[in-house]
Amino acid sequence: MTGAVLEKENELKPEKEYLEHLAAGRFMIQRSRSTGEHVFYPRVAAPATGATDLEWIEPSGLGTVYSTTVIRQKPPTPNYNLALVDLKEGPRMMARVVGVAPEEVKIGQQVKARVALPADGSADLPMVVFEPV
Amino acid sequence: MNQKFPRGKTAIVSAVTFGCGATPGYSNAELAHTASIQALSQLNLKPSDVDGLATVLVDDSLSGLSFAETLGIHPRFISNNRTGGSSFQTHATMAALALDAGLCDVVLIAYGSNQRSFSGKLRTSLRASPWEAPYKPLTPLSSYALAAARHMHQYGTTKAQLGEVAISARKWAQLNPEAFSREPLSMEDYLSARLVADPFGVRDCCLVTDGAAAVVMTRADRAKDLCAKPAYVLAGSEATTHREIANMADLTVTGVAEAAKRAYAQAGLGPKDVDIVELYDAFTINTILFLEDMGFCAKGEGGRFVEGGRIAPGGQLPVNTNGGGLSCVHPGMYGLFTMVEAAQQLMGLAGERQQKKVDVAVAQGNGGELSHEAMLILGSAATV
Repeated sequence: MTGAVLEKENELKPEKEYLEHLAAGRFMIQRSRSTGEHVFYPRVAAPATGATDLEWIEPSGLGTVYSTTVIRQKPPTPNYNLALVDLKEGPRMMARVVGVAPEEVKIGQQVKARVALPADGSADLPMVVFEPV
Repeated sequence: MNQKFPRGKTAIVSAVTFGCGATPGYSNAELAHTASIQALSQLNLKPSDVDGLATVLVDDSLSGLSFAETLGIHPRFISNNRTGGSSFQTHATMAALALDAGLCDVVLIAYGSNQRSFSGKLRTSLRASPWEAPYKPLTPLSSYALAAARHMHQYGTTKAQLGEVAISARKWAQLNPEAFSREPLSMEDYLSARLVADPFGVRDCCLVTDGAAAVVMTRADRAKDLCAKPAYVLAGSEATTHREIANMADLTVTGVAEAAKRAYAQAGLGPKDVDIVELYDAFTINTILFLEDMGFCAKGEGGRFVEGGRIAPGGQLPVNTNGGGLSCVHPGMYGLFTMVEAAQQLMGLAGERQQKKVDVAVAQGNGGELSHEAMLILGSAATV
């Protein structure tokens, strides 16, 4: 009985744990212990192989812009960047490149991740953003 | 794989639209019901003659059941399959299998949406993604913009080539009294349109309209008695590659590449045999991607392919002859409208935009963010 309860407690809760890491300022992705494959977004099993031996690791944070767009806003609201970034570890993720004008972000550009936490009272969500290397 | 698709064994015998544009005062279901009654009455059929039903409405996850109840249909076969705008191509494929297997005899496929009159905003029942929501994407628009940006980077596709797609669609719309946007669109107008998500401006994006459509399918033997020129179903295929755009392996290659290969094998035809092409042009890049993936030109050549009016009225390849989602109608999900236009062209009912020789027509559907692609090949009696 106790064993079963413990086992249940040890089960991965991917979305919840990822968001908890993020809220604490940590960008974490998953890696399969057996295959070494990196997985993002987090899930209970690696895609296709179904491997359930996933552990959290801190990625290098290095990535390459795969595609990019500028979401245009009605002035004076500033435009913002929306990008897809290929992580050095393999997975691709939706992201925002900051620290440069949104239209200056280029496909193929090398970028590095950091966690952007919302200011107190802001409705924004914590997120991984990327800056040019 | 040993495919046993019942090529030419079933047909669309009635294909109608209703309430395209702005038709305030109707619920989603009422628009679809009206199209359905019209499609059936063309055949002198009543709802009680229908024993197979396929539908999907954006505001009712059990819309198939509601639909059957309201119209007084007692289905032996029902599909509520939901893959986004391509749902209806999957409905037709399943209907072809069900009809051929004798599970039912008369299938109604219907859709309606009051998207425009309801609010002018996209109606959605989609889950907010924890992996995307913080970045405030303009889903689905920005996903297609990312695909366009990648295509431009990789193949040198230009903004003006995207413009050729929009302008060709508009020229077709000018031949269609039902089309929502019929005023002239010049390259200058296109290039100066307000940017929404680079490289897309407002003229790269589909309309937001009301509208409904319905088609009726039967087995081929009965089709001849109901309709002078049935649109025989020669092939039906699909491919699911991802859900969110970050998980699309290559933003320049869609599931159509895979689906088209299967559809051509089922039909025993290739791109050179196709007379008209009805594509799911929610955004200008779609037309370019899908023409490439269907083999009308090589990968990366789509931008150059659409230049010089090749897909416009009078061009070598008629594409989106109703004006498409860009200029005719786009009520949330558009897939059924490509089927209606392809069928009407085969039936010779397309009015001023009717093409002279139409024996083989493609009606393609796209769902999500290039996530699900489905393709029907329809043919005249000569192809069966």
